[in-house]
Amino acid sequence: MKKVVAGADEAIYDIPSGATLMLGGFGLCGIPENCIAALVKKGVNNLTCISNNAGVDDFGIGLLLRKRQVKKMISSYVGENAEFERQLLSGELEVELIPQGTLATRCMATGYGMPAVFLLAGIGTEVAEGKEIRNFNGKDYLMEMAFDSDFAIVKAWKGDTQGNLIFKGTARNFSPLMAMAGKITIAEVEHLVPIGELDPNCIHVPGIYVHRIFQGKDYEKRIENRTVRPRS
Amino acid sequence: MALTKEQIARRIAQELKDGFYVNLGIGIPTLVANYIPEGVDVVLQSENGLLGMGPFPYEDEVDADLINAGKQTITTIPGSAFFDSAMSFGMIRAGKVDLTVLGAMEVADNGDIANWKIPKKLVKGMGGAMDLVAAAKNIIVAMQHTNPKGESKLLPKCSLPITGVHCVKKVVSDLGVFDITDEGFKLLEYAPGVTIDEIKAKTAGRLVIADDVKEMEV
Repeated sequence: MKKVVAGADEAIYDIPSGATLMLGGFGLCGIPENCIAALVKKGVNNLTCISNNAGVDDFGIGLLLRKRQVKKMISSYVGENAEFERQLLSGELEVELIPQGTLATRCMATGYGMPAVFLLAGIGTEVAEGKEIRNFNGKDYLMEMAFDSDFAIVKAWKGDTQGNLIFKGTARNFSPLMAMAGKITIAEVEHLVPIGELDPNCIHVPGIYVHRIFQGKDYEKRIENRTVRPRS
Repeated sequence: MALTKEQIARRIAQELKDGFYVNLGIGIPTLVANYIPEGVDVVLQSENGLLGMGPFPYEDEVDADLINAGKQTITTIPGSAFFDSAMSFGMIRAGKVDLTVLGAMEVADNGDIANWKIPKKLVKGMGGAMDLVAAAKNIIVAMQHTNPKGESKLLPKCSLPITGVHCVKKVVSDLGVFDITDEGFKLLEYAPGVTIDEIKAKTAGRLVIADDVKEMEV
């Protein structure tokens, strides 16, 4: 079993233009920085990106947007990005906005092998337009489909050579769900360790879901909204 | 005098009960955390994957891997737990979160809420708002009673695209405290110095006055 690759370029070598990608992260927290940089370098375009957010102008998915590599974003919240706004208003970029819990649960459904889930979020709103509604116990629910994603790209805190992953803090967010949902899943990790070093009780994503893993480098881990309190 | 944002937050904090799990939205709702009454133990949920949200960090404690749903750096406290986004919305959907406090652009007298989209302006997305309003057991809205033009934001029907239907249970505005009832907004408390006539004039939706209506203690 050889899952370990040398770096981001090798991990993403076969991602073609037009691919559908899931990218883990919430805001700039827990984003796969190395793979995003490699995708920018590779120059693939017409990508459909499933990600909670779209980064900022000069970081995260914003780097792909700036190079016009993204055809469509599927997200729950896409503020804080001027280039995104420009492309959206000019019609260059397609955007599908979906509720955050629906996004997470559709990722989960994919990884659990379920074709669809029934969710309350969006009932009675424009999100419900065109969707099948089913009534259970007197309440209406929207049928929301699992995703079909060619690749999932996540960043974990620790991973072993078998692909087992552990995330840190709120950098976990969508990443385990997306890792489980990719036809090919790529994990970049801050600490790549030999098998046997991670406590089996503490694994967030078992390696069966992970196809390629590598030791990431030069993490910037930018903070979007640094908020501190003074020491009195 | 109309209430300040801090006074709205302080009044909402009085609704917190010992043992509550609470999700606070961005804006005035975030301020509620500053006024949790003495002896009331609540656990704050952040929908990006944390229960037991602590205060903002000191400069030397800042951790890029530890943020709230507003993307602000935060801290954990003893008893905190992390989880993924599906579990986070799972606990909301399953009714485990006792109270959600949200801001709103408009609330209708049947409990509909609009707080995510203004047509023809840039749409940034609903984030977790639709999930929260669809599922939360108890939703309190913190809002200004009128918009900057002086027009009522408590309406017979939302004019903006709605976030959820029949979901708001209570509104605390800068003018008063209202329950959403079958008869519409029911005024329970008015802000000190604000008259019931003023509230009537500034409420476009159906309004009834509680028999035991009283001045708010601030």
